[in-house]
Amino acid sequence: MKDTDIKRLLYTHLLCIFSIILSVFIPSLFLENFSILETHLTWLCICSGFVTAVNLVLYLAVKPNTSSKRSSLSHKVTRFLKCCIYFLMSCFSFHVIFVLYGAPLIELALETFLFAVILSTFTTVPCLCLLGPNLKAWLRVFSRNGVTSIWENSLQMTTISSFVGAWLGALPIPLDWERPWQVWPISCTLGATFGYVAGLVVSPLWIYWNRKQLTYKNN
Amino acid sequence: MRLGSGTFATCCVAIEVLGIAVFLRGFFPAPVRSSARAEHGAEPPAPEPSAGASSNWTTLPSPLFSKVVIVLIDALRDDFVFGSKGVKFMPYTTYLVEKGASHSFVAEAKPPTVTMPRIKALMTGSLPGFVDVVRNLNSPALLEDNETWVKLFPKHFAEYDGTTSFFVSDYTEVDNNVTRHLDKVLKRGDWDMLILHYLGLDHIGHISGPNSPLIGHKLSEMDSVLMKIHTSLQSKERETPLPNLLVLCGDHGMSETGSHGASSMEEVNTPLILISSAFERKPGDIRHPKHVQQTDVAATLAIALGLPIPKDSVGSLLFPVVEGRPMREQLRFLHLNTVQLSKLLQENVPSYEKDPGFEQFKMSERLHGNWIRLYLEEKHSEVLFNLGSKVLRQYLAALKTLSLSLSTQVAQYDMYSMMVGTVVVLEVLTLLLLSVPQALHRKAELEVPLSSPGFSLLFYLVILVLSAVHVIVCTSAESSCYFCGLSWLAAGGVMVLASALLCVIVSVLTNVLVGGNTSRKNPVHPSSRWSELDLLILLGTAGHVLSLGASSFVEEEHQTWYFLVNTLCLALSQETYRNYFLGDDSEPPCGLHVEQGLDGATPAWQDGSACDALERDKGHRSPSPSQVLRGHEKWMVLASPWLILACCRLLRSLNQTGVQWAHRPDLGHWLTSSDHKAELSVLAAISLLVVFVLVQRGCSSVSKAALALGLLGVYCYRAAIGSVQFPWRPASQDISKGIIEARFVYIFVLGILFTGTKDLLKSQVIAADFKLKTVGLWEIHSGLVLLAALLFRPHNLPVLAFSLLIQTLMTKFIWKPLRHDAAEITVMHYWFGQAFFYFQGNSNNIATVDISAGFVGLDTYVEIPAVLLTAFGTYAGPVLWASHLVYFLSSETRSSSALSHACFCYALICSIPVSTYIVLVTSLRYHLFIWSVFSPKLLYEGMHLLITAAVCVFFTAMDQTRLTQS
Repeated sequence: MKDTDIKRLLYTHLLCIFSIILSVFIPSLFLENFSILETHLTWLCICSGFVTAVNLVLYLAVKPNTSSKRSSLSHKVTRFLKCCIYFLMSCFSFHVIFVLYGAPLIELALETFLFAVILSTFTTVPCLCLLGPNLKAWLRVFSRNGVTSIWENSLQMTTISSFVGAWLGALPIPLDWERPWQVWPISCTLGATFGYVAGLVVSPLWIYWNRKQLTYKNN
Repeated sequence: MRLGSGTFATCCVAIEVLGIAVFLRGFFPAPVRSSARAEHGAEPPAPEPSAGASSNWTTLPSPLFSKVVIVLIDALRDDFVFGSKGVKFMPYTTYLVEKGASHSFVAEAKPPTVTMPRIKALMTGSLPGFVDVVRNLNSPALLEDNETWVKLFPKHFAEYDGTTSFFVSDYTEVDNNVTRHLDKVLKRGDWDMLILHYLGLDHIGHISGPNSPLIGHKLSEMDSVLMKIHTSLQSKERETPLPNLLVLCGDHGMSETGSHGASSMEEVNTPLILISSAFERKPGDIRHPKHVQQTDVAATLAIALGLPIPKDSVGSLLFPVVEGRPMREQLRFLHLNTVQLSKLLQENVPSYEKDPGFEQFKMSERLHGNWIRLYLEEKHSEVLFNLGSKVLRQYLAALKTLSLSLSTQVAQYDMYSMMVGTVVVLEVLTLLLLSVPQALHRKAELEVPLSSPGFSLLFYLVILVLSAVHVIVCTSAESSCYFCGLSWLAAGGVMVLASALLCVIVSVLTNVLVGGNTSRKNPVHPSSRWSELDLLILLGTAGHVLSLGASSFVEEEHQTWYFLVNTLCLALSQETYRNYFLGDDSEPPCGLHVEQGLDGATPAWQDGSACDALERDKGHRSPSPSQVLRGHEKWMVLASPWLILACCRLLRSLNQTGVQWAHRPDLGHWLTSSDHKAELSVLAAISLLVVFVLVQRGCSSVSKAALALGLLGVYCYRAAIGSVQFPWRPASQDISKGIIEARFVYIFVLGILFTGTKDLLKSQVIAADFKLKTVGLWEIHSGLVLLAALLFRPHNLPVLAFSLLIQTLMTKFIWKPLRHDAAEITVMHYWFGQAFFYFQGNSNNIATVDISAGFVGLDTYVEIPAVLLTAFGTYAGPVLWASHLVYFLSSETRSSSALSHACFCYALICSIPVSTYIVLVTSLRYHLFIWSVFSPKLLYEGMHLLITAAVCVFFTAMDQTRLTQS
């Protein structure tokens, strides 16, 4: 099971990275004056959309959690709606946290919210895809020693690295270099993106490296 | 010798304070000075240069003006005169600038932009070193005192009327005191020079900033004073042969927040207007005056009055002043000035001959000589004039270069003293770090091998080497060195200390190495590991220390602390969630054998060595507390980190501090503006009420009453000085200094502190009454809270209330249920203390020190209480958190050694930044921002270490009472 699973994990992650790279280059074909720094908000929307789409497609195509039973259409719809609500809630709670961290309350609210959206895209969307709107499962995965598969393990790593990336991204803001990327929230979104990409790259490698020691409960 | 870790840490901090003191003395260099001090005034003026021909003009030129009046307006910013405000409020001055016979300039003040050094610069032309600010902190000058002048030049005023102005909040009386004799003096006319120093503008700036409506009134008043003086001088001029000169200048500007001290454009640029009928009337409007240096005023005034230029002056003559004179005189003046500057250069720069300014000076002197020869031979010719103006240009260029190279010349750092200080501090830090495992051990005692005989040889050898170095350095040093100037006994004492510390370190190191070998054989710590919180604490401390190397991070240090405190709260909330939803410590591991990447594997605090306290604590934590708490309490536990986060966010928007975002509007400014007095009063009253509710629960009934009366007194005091109002007396006409009210509060502060001390002593001497001791500690804490409430400005009272609220929340819902160990709790207290230091509105800039705290309840300026009160008012945040730490750890007697652990951790966590910072500053000493950013921070760090030492002494005293008790 191991090697094929890890390979699949690696390929899905590479696809995610590819989607982020595409979100940088494709819009410039259609939109004039597109660049990450100057039209940052557009990029944020596009990137968020791309990553969400890829995650959904991968979820439908790969189906990492095979345990889900057959269910009725209405169940699926409610599940989907629940996911949307969870996503929105995570956006709002991230927004609140950013404001608590010192983001301006009224001005730049759109920027702050889009930052919350992109961070949710990197963290909540994969969780929703993999675990569904099931808080118990989330708590299990993010508690110590709670993971039960390599998918969950990599999910944990990418999520944490996205958070750490966003956190580290705030550090250069007070510096007086006066670069365009120091403007709120560009450095943080870039940090989160780099953190996410790093998590995507590192987690399969780390799992591959430690594949001998990793034993999961249900395997 | 066995020492408790608290005592040990206190000793270490005390030694560190000594080391920092020596370092600071070496770091702040002596300013550029002329060494020819003894023969003051004996030196004849330089004769006119002449090539061959003999010129008989060897005396000083005669004065150009008969009377000089200097109107010095404190904190007069350039745009108050030249900008739109000037046009609106100072019509007469604007008329003089635009149409009258005047010369106007923008004079740049060099930082530190504080009154006393600036007056020195204006009047002597010398550049006061940065250390003058330090001296100023102790002198009345920073405290805005009219008597500055009398103190600065004690013997030079034949007649003076030093008016006192102790209250920064007083802005009308000060200036009326100055103006009251003006008419009489102007009429009398038996004087040569009159200096009027108006402070009101500065006071207004301190109170309400540069955009206050009061500024306009004050400027109009100043304009009328100027008009009065000018007309009187003009009417006098008919009687005297020479014209008069009127100088209007400011000593420093005013930042957008109304303070000064730093080096922003608004603080540095001051107007300088010279008015005299001798000057040409020039038509047209000058909106953009020439930029000159403030030090130029002294040289110009000296020339204007026919006096020798001060020896230490680095200024150059303001040429437009002498433009109307004959060519020969102009050249003579310029020559005198260049000679004086080049002499100063010779004395301060070893390789002065290579200086471009000096070369220019030599050349122009030669040309000047030629010109004089021509002049004496034939007069009035086109050639003579052309050559003369060429010489003139040459001189002006030379003056500019000389002045520049003198003022940019950084005086030599006293490297030897700095090194001695650094060595002592670093040795102490190494010792502290090495003794971490022992000191945080359960017993909280450690062996300090002071008298170990094995190292006595090393000890004497080191002393020998150090004294040899001392002798060599001190005999070969060219520049002045503080440490060499010390007496042999003091220097020897420091050397003995340094070598003893070295020996102790060596012996501790060998102990650790030997002990480490033995402990490695038996694996003691199989299961415990770092929590995320410990990791965060470690990373946060390291990150903060590293960030001190960047000037922007020093300027914006509050952001670092807010960021860290927020992250700490989030980590705490994660921990509470984990505890209540999962209780995962009690859960068996779920088959994942490798630990996750974030969690390190070594069970250690700091440097990988073991810490039993931590381990033991983990053991405590495992019985899941979720069963113990029920219902709403559980929800409070879950919500409290978020509540704390919300409080921090509110406080952050109260005072916008730092540099980059300092101009952003904040609640504090909104509250202090005169339109929102009612809101401010309500807020202050509510805050005081909250303070009372939160503090009274731990006090005895007597101190409860005292506290209530004291807090009432605080409100009355603020109402008396007019910052808040009573609902039943809305218009406060009579503004007093509130002496009685403030002293009333002081009595209660002292009373509460006294009751607390009495309780502590009683608990120690009479009975081992544990509860009494807790009450005593809480009373001391509440006494300090009351004092802080008195000293804080009314808009800062919410800071105090929120600090108490957060302390209560943390105690009840986080520290008690989660059972953190003493080290973690100490670090959290320290972080919150630092954050509150900045919530109060402080920054790493001298200008934000609230000096008005030093005058609360004082009738006249008394140095020691004023300094103590200002220090307490500034560091109230850290001190209150530290006193809460003492109370909390003594009341929660989970382990007997918690207090000494805490003391040790507090000392360690405070000394890591300061010792790293002095190393950083030493390596960055040629950085562009060394004087504007790094030096003030160094002063703050030194002060903080001193406060830490006091806190550690308090800790140890409490610890001692515990020891004698048990």
